Amino acid sequence: MSAATSRYDAIVVGGGPAGLAAAYTLAKGGASVVCLERGDWSGSKNMMGGLIYSQPTGSVFPEFWREAPLERHVTRRDMWLATGDSAIKLSFETADFAVEPYNSFTVYRSSFDKWLSRQTAAAGALMIRETLVEDLLWDGGRIAGVRTGRPQGDLEADVVIIAEGVNTFLTEKAGLSPCPPRAANVALAVKEVLALPKERIEDRFDLDPGAGAAIEIIGETTGGLPGTGFIYTNRDTISVGVGVLLDSLVDNRAEAYNLLERFKQQSQVRRLIQGAAPREYSAHLIPEGGYSCMPRLYGDGVLVAGDAAGMVNAINSEGANLALLSGKMAAETVLACRERGDFSAAALGRYRLLLEDTVILKDLRKYDNATKFLSTHHHLFGLYPELMAALAREFLTVDQLSKAEKERLLLKLFRSQVPTRRLLKDFYQAWRALT
Amino acid sequence: MAFHSVVCIKQVPDTTQVRIDPETGSLVRKGIPSVINPFDLFAVEAALRLRDEHGGTVTALCMGPPQAEEALRKVLGYGVDRAVLVTDRAFAGADTLATTYTLAAAIRKIAGARNDQKAAGNEGGEAGPRDADGEPVDLVFCGKQSIDGDTGQVGPGLARRLGFSQLTYVCSLLQIDPEKRKLRAWRQREDGRELLEADLPVAVTITEACNRIRYASLPDLLAAADKKIDTWRADDLDAERGRLGLKGSPTRVNRIFAPPVRQRGETVGEPGMEPAAVAALLFDRLSERGMKPGVARA
Repeated sequence: MSAATSRYDAIVVGGGPAGLAAAYTLAKGGASVVCLERGDWSGSKNMMGGLIYSQPTGSVFPEFWREAPLERHVTRRDMWLATGDSAIKLSFETADFAVEPYNSFTVYRSSFDKWLSRQTAAAGALMIRETLVEDLLWDGGRIAGVRTGRPQGDLEADVVIIAEGVNTFLTEKAGLSPCPPRAANVALAVKEVLALPKERIEDRFDLDPGAGAAIEIIGETTGGLPGTGFIYTNRDTISVGVGVLLDSLVDNRAEAYNLLERFKQQSQVRRLIQGAAPREYSAHLIPEGGYSCMPRLYGDGVLVAGDAAGMVNAINSEGANLALLSGKMAAETVLACRERGDFSAAALGRYRLLLEDTVILKDLRKYDNATKFLSTHHHLFGLYPELMAALAREFLTVDQLSKAEKERLLLKLFRSQVPTRRLLKDFYQAWRALT
Repeated sequence: MAFHSVVCIKQVPDTTQVRIDPETGSLVRKGIPSVINPFDLFAVEAALRLRDEHGGTVTALCMGPPQAEEALRKVLGYGVDRAVLVTDRAFAGADTLATTYTLAAAIRKIAGARNDQKAAGNEGGEAGPRDADGEPVDLVFCGKQSIDGDTGQVGPGLARRLGFSQLTYVCSLLQIDPEKRKLRAWRQREDGRELLEADLPVAVTITEACNRIRYASLPDLLAAADKKIDTWRADDLDAERGRLGLKGSPTRVNRIFAPPVRQRGETVGEPGMEPAAVAALLFDRLSERGMKPGVARA
């Protein structure tokens, strides 16, 4: 090693929520830390159209909602079962989510992550941007640092926290991945941001000023493929998108942008976004392999956090909160190991123990079979919403049939589409997978 | 022999995202990220290459609001040795006359107020505030123009105020002769290039053809994080208040407007038509407009 090579307590690879939470916590804890981000700035590679939750985010960045760039606090969560022209809507709304500490926010991650990175730098972490980590440095069997793509780009540290996101090149190089990345384990999300004046959004979505709605849509919107459509209200834009398991896209020769177009044409969706001007189009992968696809989370001189560690709860659309928490846990582990000067796998294994006690591993374990279940039960996304809408339509249509006749008709219609045995089997498997 | 270069950089709105408000005719700056004027990065690289070859130091100078520190931090990452930010409300609203006045005062201070006492329009001098780290300036580098103001006047203005020789629109820096203290460079003209030689000290403006900004080395980037950026206010410069900022700017902007949207070109013929038929159609269209197409013979 040349004399010019700098040495730090910790290197964090990736300036997303996991990496920033780790770097922030380490810096606050008095460790010297460098956070390496490949993008022009933290968030520049991000497209998430989703929610930031107050509690987990606030546990790392206290009272962030007072200063962070946020779009709207979400007071309403909707779930729709939709066909091409109909929708059954389940809606929950509460004033509790409109007061501090709130529950969740819509955000532009490009500005939100930039803000997080500023807090992290202010805490004393060294943020290095536009820098891709290409390889790991080894000292025997121990990871001793990283090799960046910059001239004289080697950097050494006691420990490397890998928070590289969904594409897990380094996690694999570290020998921690259990299985090669497969199309079955990732979802492809495509999203458009559409501009609409603030007041019109509030009128259209029936919201108090500043409040927001999040809508998740199952059914025709994904063309019957396992996935969901989503609509989020920002301050003066609406995020609209679909997320579908990648292998089902491939198997069905479907194009994600076509699905998004189809989604936007759905009657009830179209009404919400009418007249809104397109601003952005983006796409990203989401690791949805669940618990069984998680890598080993630690090794000699290394920890893995966030998307890189497969920490996404696909059922509840949670990822950023798990990333933040895992980054914080990784940092706390490193701080504890630093006191004893021991960064062996045995010492860093404490990270895993910390995670066991959190929602991260509890929820991921609970839903371990969910992704597999959903990907093998396409009819949940096509047939059932179609059927439910047909039943509702028939039941609510007033004509010459008596209610008793209607009930018989509906039951017959239902049975002709779904044999009782299959219904019971689906129900049982769904129960097993989701509870 | 080592040279001391000062590179002037400006923070500008990222024009790939700038819009003009059709109502007010002014730039919509809200939410538009700032970047370093792209031409200035070629100037930074030119100064760094000169230093890497001959030794010496490169000082980056920026006039702007406090957040322009970000631009200086960035060029420190490329390996610039020292960074100076001149920031004061008194500097705001400056046209190129007031800008060059302020920057020249800052450069004199960077030089330890020892440069060119006899230069035309020189308001500084030995009596002015001196910079403890001052070191005579051999070269001033600027981008050929800024992408927001587009005047291309600051480089030449600085040359005049400092009494330096000037080389504008330099597309290739050739060599510097330490003995004779001369700089040779190619200058881009509309109709070609010319090879020029200028005496030091010289102010040079650089075009995009000159070089490409380096991908900074990791040690340079890490070192930049610890460097201090000198921040000077109006009182730190030997300058008259009345010649700074808006007060010192005779230029008035009466109106800004977006140029009319260009009409779409006319398409002649349709896909799948015979080329000869399309040519005939084109001939007719041009004739209708009174144009008389001639026939070129091979």
